Amino acid sequence: MPLPTSIARREWLPVTLFIAFALLPVAAAFDAETYLLGLFMRVMIFAIAALGLDLLVGYGALVSFGHAAFIGIGAYAVAILASHGVTEAAISLPFALAAATAFAWLTGLVCLRTRGVYFIMITLAFGQMAYFFAGSLAPYGGDDGLTIHTRNTLFGLAAFKHERLFYYIVLGCLIGCYVLCRALVASRFGRVFRGARENPTRMVTLGFEIHHYQLMAYMMSGAFGGFAGFLLANASDFVSPAYMSWQRSGELIIMIIFGGIGTLHGAILGTLAFLLLGEWLSGLTEHWKMIFGPLLVLVVLLARGGLIGLASQLATWWRREHIHSPSGFAYALLRLVRSLRVWLDAKIIGLAGPFRSRSRD
Amino acid sequence: MSISLLIVQILNGLQLGVLLFLIAAGLTLVFGVMDFINLAHGVQYMLGAYLAVMFYALTGSTLLALVLALLAALAFGLFLEFAVFRHLYERDHLDQVIATFGIILFLNQAVKFVWGAAPLSLPIPEMFSGVVVLMPGLTYPIWRLVIIVCGLAVALLLYVLVSRTRFGMLVRAGANNAAMVSALGVDIRRLFMIVFGFGTMLAGFAGIMIAPILSVEPGMGDTILILAFVVIVIGGIGSIRGAFLAALLIGLADTLGRSFAVDILRLVMTPSPARTVGPAIASMLIYLLMALVLYVRPTGLFPPKGR
Repeated sequence: MPLPTSIARREWLPVTLFIAFALLPVAAAFDAETYLLGLFMRVMIFAIAALGLDLLVGYGALVSFGHAAFIGIGAYAVAILASHGVTEAAISLPFALAAATAFAWLTGLVCLRTRGVYFIMITLAFGQMAYFFAGSLAPYGGDDGLTIHTRNTLFGLAAFKHERLFYYIVLGCLIGCYVLCRALVASRFGRVFRGARENPTRMVTLGFEIHHYQLMAYMMSGAFGGFAGFLLANASDFVSPAYMSWQRSGELIIMIIFGGIGTLHGAILGTLAFLLLGEWLSGLTEHWKMIFGPLLVLVVLLARGGLIGLASQLATWWRREHIHSPSGFAYALLRLVRSLRVWLDAKIIGLAGPFRSRSRD
Repeated sequence: MSISLLIVQILNGLQLGVLLFLIAAGLTLVFGVMDFINLAHGVQYMLGAYLAVMFYALTGSTLLALVLALLAALAFGLFLEFAVFRHLYERDHLDQVIATFGIILFLNQAVKFVWGAAPLSLPIPEMFSGVVVLMPGLTYPIWRLVIIVCGLAVALLLYVLVSRTRFGMLVRAGANNAAMVSALGVDIRRLFMIVFGFGTMLAGFAGIMIAPILSVEPGMGDTILILAFVVIVIGGIGSIRGAFLAALLIGLADTLGRSFAVDILRLVMTPSPARTVGPAIASMLIYLLMALVLYVRPTGLFPPKGR
């Protein structure tokens, strides 16, 4: 039975991404395998955290600027247990998830009393709190962090030690999280949560306790972060307070903006683009952030809706121009260049705006 | 816990407080009037310090360097407003956060590129170097007192400016309803630009004043930025008075917490855990304070009216 076209249209991109992730170890087998595997493992792990954040930001308009704390808490849960000799994932994973969710519950009770920019700032404050707390954990390394000497075992099997097997486990987790998020967004819970973003007053009038829904979503988002932290600790064999710094939280937001918020697969695409771009630029020059910073500004100013938004604009253009043949394509391209020039002219005049408007007043 | 140590730490707390106020004042004005989250405010502070060091190397006079750095910081702030920020005023907060985060990345790295990653230092101006005797056996550096006095003077100036002048009236009106002010025939863009320039100048001023007693290094603006955000959120975003009180509160709480947390904890627990828990509590104290304030009053202590 063929899939309904709407699902096919929506899911082709994530499915393509997942297939690409799955094929990577095969392609990477030819040269620097461990480097590429490690890089893409990090992409997938951060994509899990980004999915959780997108749930909150994209579907609830709750911009959490302290999300790195959840990753850190999950990672520290693994490291602290390991330092006491507990290296069984069946114990440390629930522990990591519970710790992250509990932190989300506690902070969520306070954060969700505020809205808008206050919410951004208070989540930032809680993130900083977790960061300084980790830095003062003297028995567990303090500011220097903590090395994990033995990776977790999965029901007694050393599954995480085998790099390629671990890679596929992480991929499985990512796919699982993606499907879970999709289901959540489409569920009754997700619809109420989205409704609270669109019009909180109306949802309250309809009789929904939107605070409960938002707190639940915040806790789930935190749990995704904790899960990512669990995987990250196992992938890098090391944890440190730097995992929770506010710059990390900012980077997580950038990842989902990069891809396009409120789409879920945009979070995965954005994480991929962000980390690969950073990796590539840092290979070019030591001062890569001098290129990366202005690039961020440009993305915000020019590409609304991130990469997904850009792609859908392109698709619309493609359909509108009725491109069927090479000559049609060339003609459409010509028209695009012309409209680009008109748009640029307008921009340049816009830049001169302050001078012009004064003479007009 | 001797009384003279307490006095010194209270003065240090005041000094941190007025410093935070200098930064938070610009931040809260920019947010209050333009509804604009400027994460790049912290790098303005860093830039002020670096410019002071640079002009000192060029002119050899610290006071001249301070004045030149102030002007350069103002010029750079206005340039940023013109080139980037004014295109972001109408965007949502998320876009503003990302774009200004990009500017932080750029400037932190650019500073490393131009001046190197090693910390720099600036000598204290000669006429203000040395210490003053507060009590027999209790001395305090003059420059720190100068910082406190300058901060309080700026606070007073701002108070007069905002509550007694026509410009201040426009700023308050803009914070309440920018569209209405614009409709009444005020050039709101120019008002925005003046407020923004003024805010960055204050941040740069803070960086310049602190440069002689702190090491000047890349990323020094990031920590202070977060503290300034804590201040404006506790004070109520857009309120100068709130920012002033919250800045002093945070400055004192942070400084006193760091010096006396261990001593206080030792009253209730044995010394060894107190030494572990004390610093942890001290570094989280202001965030706990913020959480407490926002739990009781979700819009801060002095939320501006009419929003």
